Amino acid sequence: MSFGQIGYDVAHLLGGGVLLMSFVLLYQRRIGAVINAFAMQGALLALAAAWAAHAQGAPGLYVTALLAMAAKGVLIPLALHAIVRRLDLHRTVETALGIGLSMVAGVALVALSILVVLPATEGVRAVARENLALALSVVLLGMLMMISRRNAISQVIGLLSLENGLILAAIGVAGMPLVVELSTAALVLMVAVVAAVFAFQIRERFDTLDTGSLEEHRGERR
Amino acid sequence: MPLQWIIVFLPWAGALALAAIPELRRATAANAAVSAATFALAIALAAMPFAEHGWTRTDALNTPFVLVSAFVGLTTAVFSAATLDQEGFDHWRIRAYHAAYQVFMGAQTLALLADNLGVMWVAIEIATLATVSMVAVHRTPAAFEAAWKFFILCGVGIALALFGTIVLYLAAQPLLNEEAGLSWAALMGVAARCDPATLNLAFAFLLLGYGTKCGLVPLHSWLPDAHAEGPVPISAVLSGLLLNAAMLAVLRAKSIVGANPEAIAPGPFLLALGLASVLLAAVSLWRRRDARRFFGWSSIEHMGLAAFAFGLGGAAANLAGLLHLLGHALVKSAVFFGVGRAAQAKGSQKIADIGGLVATHPALGWGLALAIAGIAGMPPFLLFVSEFRLLGAAAAELPWLALPLAAGMVVALAALVTVLQALCFGPPTPDAATARDGWREAAAAAPLWLHLALAAILALAMPAPLAAMLAQAARVIG
Repeated sequence: MSFGQIGYDVAHLLGGGVLLMSFVLLYQRRIGAVINAFAMQGALLALAAAWAAHAQGAPGLYVTALLAMAAKGVLIPLALHAIVRRLDLHRTVETALGIGLSMVAGVALVALSILVVLPATEGVRAVARENLALALSVVLLGMLMMISRRNAISQVIGLLSLENGLILAAIGVAGMPLVVELSTAALVLMVAVVAAVFAFQIRERFDTLDTGSLEEHRGERR
Repeated sequence: MPLQWIIVFLPWAGALALAAIPELRRATAANAAVSAATFALAIALAAMPFAEHGWTRTDALNTPFVLVSAFVGLTTAVFSAATLDQEGFDHWRIRAYHAAYQVFMGAQTLALLADNLGVMWVAIEIATLATVSMVAVHRTPAAFEAAWKFFILCGVGIALALFGTIVLYLAAQPLLNEEAGLSWAALMGVAARCDPATLNLAFAFLLLGYGTKCGLVPLHSWLPDAHAEGPVPISAVLSGLLLNAAMLAVLRAKSIVGANPEAIAPGPFLLALGLASVLLAAVSLWRRRDARRFFGWSSIEHMGLAAFAFGLGGAAANLAGLLHLLGHALVKSAVFFGVGRAAQAKGSQKIADIGGLVATHPALGWGLALAIAGIAGMPPFLLFVSEFRLLGAAAAELPWLALPLAAGMVVALAALVTVLQALCFGPPTPDAATARDGWREAAAAAPLWLHLALAAILALAMPAPLAAMLAQAARVIG
């Protein structure tokens, strides 16, 4: 597959859409908007997986697509909205890095991943290596979001979007074994992280989910 | 079903059964019984010839680790049976704790035995989930913070490891047939012909990912917190078992990249991370006031020493590294048994609140003193042998790096001796808990002494088949 063929173009369009949503995640300030952007990213990822299933003739990937759509497009965002409502965080405005700075940092990370991946994978088919560059960008932007946000829910969304990047990488490698199993296992990990947020706040131990205040509880300051 | 699968599925079946047992006494006894059966299976597995079955394999590299991890799993279950009444669990937590313990043991064994790198990744993920839930089980703010940090940092770590696994497959894909997939043996076979640049990229992510789980500096910050919280037996299996499984994953990745002469040499990366871990931990040990965090930092130091050994490479240094991992698993879990029991008896895990154990609890105090001496690298325990061999290999190959390494070891040794004197020989501090019946105290101290005896036997008279196996494993890693 190369440029100008429909399979290649649609795969890139969807991969690029996932990356675009990573940028939206970076600059959104209201927590509700961040969750909606994440749901959108999950839905695009599901479409990308479904397209990969069609283009590669790998029906197993439809399972990945369905799971991604159900969990990341619908259920996890609903759960996160519920946490936000219960903790009364929905009016919170987060000042992360600042829109301009985070956009510049994001573009720099995308450039970095292209510079790293493209020369390192010259022996690999074009569609797979460019998909890998997109996926690594999503991973790095997820890490950037985890670093630049202080709210625990935003950090979790950073981790979830990082994992979206992993799935994007896995579905781009045609013929990779266990891809359905691995993506499901990764999803279980992410669901567990969201469940941990639930479990930790149900007991109302923390007045705030700001991870900065967690530092107070470190063992040696008791 | 081959034995390699039974040894994984037996603990998982046990976890299902244990989730249904609410009484403390029966649950702890059943937990120990499942662990004993697993240990018997591990011995049977070690006696059989090496083989591959589906996604699992036994070879010289993982068999000693399966043996040690099943042994530590058994002794930890016995220790847990003797001391769990002190944790104050309700019946839900008793079920959850024992189920999570056996889920962890099964996943740990699978991570060691996995031939397929994807299966290994899933196993390490399951082991992480099980340990996170055990660290958080007390539901105090400190436990939540430790579990949260553990979860988020290791979540990022294993996510990066998965990315590395995908890139590794991408590198080998043109040379592999369909069903060989992510098999380590198949990847080793084609590694020399893979595209070296893609291999480099894969190794960077695998090292960062699994290195986080090993607690190598600068990816270590979850480790001391996770060791300080949760029920005492968890610190023992975290330090003794999970870190080894993660290090073995790093070694599998290193051996693949190392088999390609044009790819980047993996050794210097491990040397740098290892030396940084040793030096930072040696300094940090001096500033700790919490006994369990102190020994958590000591685990960082020892993982650093092992990483340094594997970074040097070659049969001699690799053998030192493998011996170090095995010795650390035995002696560090013994230390956590001692410290954990002492913290329960004194009602605090601060170093200042635990003192004069030799006078008030002789069996525990002397055992802990010997274990701390062992972890500091004193003879006659296995860590003395491995550290001696490591320094010898380092001095022969990289004398300029052996100097800071030795300095770090000496600084750490001094910190350990200081804490040893404070905990065991200082003026006795008052006991918080009421006196307990003698057999429980004996059952709590027995695993500690058993580990010390085994660490001494392995140092002084290593059984010949095990020595041959380790020598062969040292050549496999390359």
